Amino acid sequence: MFDWKWDFVWEILPRLLVATGNTLLAAGAGYAIALVLGLVFALAQRTPYWALTFVVREFVEFIRSTPLLLQIFFVFYVGPQFGLRLSPWTSGMIAIGLHYACYLSEVYRGGIESVPRGQWEAATALNMTITQKYRRVIIPQAIPTALSGMGNYLVGILKDTPMLSVIGVAELIHVANAIGSEHYRFLEPITMVGIIFLAISLPAAGLIRLLEGRVRRKLGL
Amino acid sequence: MTILDFLAQYWPRLLSGTGVTIAQFFLAAVLGIAISLAMGLMKLSQNRVLRGAAITYIEIFRGTSLLVQLYWIFFVLPLFGVSIDKFTAGYVAVGMNIGAYGAELVRGGILSVPRGQWEAALAINMSPARRMWRIILPQALVNMLPPWGNLMIELLKGTALVSLISVADLMFQAKQINGSTFLSAQVFGTALVIYYILARFLVTPFMRWLERAMARKLGKV
Repeated sequence: MFDWKWDFVWEILPRLLVATGNTLLAAGAGYAIALVLGLVFALAQRTPYWALTFVVREFVEFIRSTPLLLQIFFVFYVGPQFGLRLSPWTSGMIAIGLHYACYLSEVYRGGIESVPRGQWEAATALNMTITQKYRRVIIPQAIPTALSGMGNYLVGILKDTPMLSVIGVAELIHVANAIGSEHYRFLEPITMVGIIFLAISLPAAGLIRLLEGRVRRKLGL
Repeated sequence: MTILDFLAQYWPRLLSGTGVTIAQFFLAAVLGIAISLAMGLMKLSQNRVLRGAAITYIEIFRGTSLLVQLYWIFFVLPLFGVSIDKFTAGYVAVGMNIGAYGAELVRGGILSVPRGQWEAALAINMSPARRMWRIILPQALVNMLPPWGNLMIELLKGTALVSLISVADLMFQAKQINGSTFLSAQVFGTALVIYYILARFLVTPFMRWLERAMARKLGKV
């Protein structure tokens, strides 16, 4: 029944640690894409062109209400149908980056909308261009409000990387599954993956909260 | 093959997959709500053991990915002599995961009920259980319903993962059809649209209706 084998754990640990590196890399790269693209989506919804606003708004809603797993399959398989072959890593990063960009665009939007009207008016009174307004006045004040949402989605993206295993990205679950089927033992690899995730996400959540407090204090909030 | 030809040929499989997805959604929702309520109340309990158990549960399920939990329940639980079929494993994993997130919402909702309500219930000599059930929970429910709407969308998206343990839901059918036809854009596109319709035109309107109905019942509108 229950036979946890420590020597098996030590044997597979190096492979799991390499996979942990890949998981962190995937989460980091996906988050970087999402941070930039999310800002583009958020700003696109604030332009005076109603058609652009409408299309971006509906696109964000669509991505947010459909499963990431399905989106990963879509990006990976639809390319080759039209002669565009993407590697698992590339398509995985596109899918996960796009998915979280939509979540982050909502976080940014909330942040930007929380900046009082007077700040916009003051920036206009100083004859700032639209770029200057955003860069020097609005976005610096929007960030403290957006920080906690941004932190939550950083942990969220980390926990969603296992879905990349379905298209063959060698992250934690993919490697654990491979080990499981090589040795016909799933107890240790899957449990170890769970423990590794806890060991990363719990301190990460704490660290993000700490950082959030720091930034708030620095901005005098 | 045009999209109409495609639908004419494959609609029965997509429909049966959608049925399984909806069944998984409902079962996971019922389980998730029950767990949220239990864990949310336990986390507020005076008893340290109960509180500790709830915190452990919540941190474990929020700190690891749904996919890891699903594999663990499916591959590892049988080793402890608890064998469950894949359909059950699917909704149990999704429900337990959502329950951990929901528990925090329940806790927040209960804490948001004004102190005076607790004191008034105490003053008319209600037992603690009666006070919670008749006075506190109904008001907490109204306060926490809006975030529950988002959580239900997350739940629907989460059910797509059960396809990875071969539960024949919409995601699974889409993958199978893709494997035999390579009509990736058609099949994954259709599945995305179905998930979108479920989320945007069934789950969201239902939650909005529930919000309004509950608010009216408590005389808040």
